[in-house]
Amino acid sequence: MTEPLIAFRGVGKSFHVEGRTVEAVRDVTVDIRRGEFIALVGPSGCGKSTLLNMTAGLFPPSTGQVTYAGRVVAGINRATGYMTQNDHLLPWRTVAANIQVPLEIQGRPRGEMRDKVGSLMELVGLAGFERSYPAQLSGGMRKRAALARLLAYDPETLLLDEPFAALDAQLRLHMQIELLRLSRQLGKTVLFVTHDLDEAAALCDRCVVFSPRPGAIRRVLDSPLPRERDLLRLRRDPRWQEMSAELWDLITPMLTASHAEHH
Amino acid sequence: MPRSKAYMSLYRFLLAATIVALWQAVSGPLVPEFFISRPSAIAEALRRQIVSESLFFHVGITATEAFSGFLIGALAGVTAGVLLGRIPFLSDLLQPFILAFYSLPKIALAPLFILWLGIGIWMKIVLTATVVFFLVFLNTFTGVRSVSRELVAILKLMGASERHVLFKVVLPSAVAWVFAGLRISVPYALIGAIVGELIAANRGLGFVLANATGQFDTAGVFAALIVIMLMAFVLNTMVRLLERWLMPWKSGELEREITI
Repeated sequence: MTEPLIAFRGVGKSFHVEGRTVEAVRDVTVDIRRGEFIALVGPSGCGKSTLLNMTAGLFPPSTGQVTYAGRVVAGINRATGYMTQNDHLLPWRTVAANIQVPLEIQGRPRGEMRDKVGSLMELVGLAGFERSYPAQLSGGMRKRAALARLLAYDPETLLLDEPFAALDAQLRLHMQIELLRLSRQLGKTVLFVTHDLDEAAALCDRCVVFSPRPGAIRRVLDSPLPRERDLLRLRRDPRWQEMSAELWDLITPMLTASHAEHH
Repeated sequence: MPRSKAYMSLYRFLLAATIVALWQAVSGPLVPEFFISRPSAIAEALRRQIVSESLFFHVGITATEAFSGFLIGALAGVTAGVLLGRIPFLSDLLQPFILAFYSLPKIALAPLFILWLGIGIWMKIVLTATVVFFLVFLNTFTGVRSVSRELVAILKLMGASERHVLFKVVLPSAVAWVFAGLRISVPYALIGAIVGELIAANRGLGFVLANATGQFDTAGVFAALIVIMLMAFVLNTMVRLLERWLMPWKSGELEREITI
């Protein structure tokens, strides 16, 4: 067994909000191997994003530790790239210039940057919008620009926090296919937070199911699907149906429980 | 130009013409000309000053004061705003002093500047620069402070250094705030220059204004006011053009459809 790329060891995180202490995650222990596609699902506010933030090194855990490639994460973890519901494009740069930002930071030569930006715009289907500003694009196009920018700096691990939540069904399927293809082809490790259980079942190698706040791991499911899979034909695949149903069975009791709590 | 825009220009012209005609009509029969002068007399006063070329001399003086003061104040304001915005120690150290100076009406410093610099052009430049400095400084500071922390984090994940963060995120996102500061500074730059001239000067539009008042020359007072208004218009237009040139993404924001 090879050493895990990302290891959470008894990870807990509490935040202090207006004098109260809110426990976001509690005692999370899980290993993630290089090249794995991991889906994180669970009710809202169960600390899935908190785990991503700690993997990126935006803040340290309160208890336990997160290690990346054998080293404890302390400070910004540059091996990871982050994409959230918000696209966080720079509004004062055109789409092409936005995708170019990470290449500028790496100090690549001008010609190489132009070629790479061109091929990435092509890849995400934004060719022809090079000179548009983010404010002039639709939400879906901005999301694709953010994905192109993420791929431009080519991080080893992709941290994706509901990246496709705002997209329409067709575009979402298209992006899922591209993401899966690219992550396999480039050997990326992916942590993918989503509320969409069908999406989780379609994409993941393993799915980590969290309980409501404070988030703790309820179950880890292995996907019965092969690594190479055709998302277009998944609907009729009994293995996918079964996994999706199992996820629903795990999540629904939590939803009704928290629903009852609210009343 | 779309039809509706052309019509709006026409309506505006008609409104202005009506006001001028009414002014001309009531001046004399209804309101003594001493108080409100009349458009024809103001036009005559302007014509006389243009022919004698004294107008251009005074406009030149005031424009130099307002423009140099504006430039010096704005540059110092942007520099101080970026420095204090990025170095928390400095801003914590200086905050009470800056607030104390900010609450002081800057015009009240004019007598001190006269003592230091005399009644020449420099006193007005320094007065104007002081007024503009605080407005631009506070806006730049707020702009640098309100930079999205998410954007900074995203860039740092890409491997950005402090310098990258400063030039790629902090300064561009502060530009909008800087221009907000510049736009509100335009009238204040003119206030600085003209109040300086009203207090003590022998040239400039403030002096023309004070001189005309001293001679009970109402038409001359109105003529000077119109010229000051034109100057403010020119300065405003320059700031707007510079803004459009430096922030091309802003015009895109106006074109997009809104989503709520």
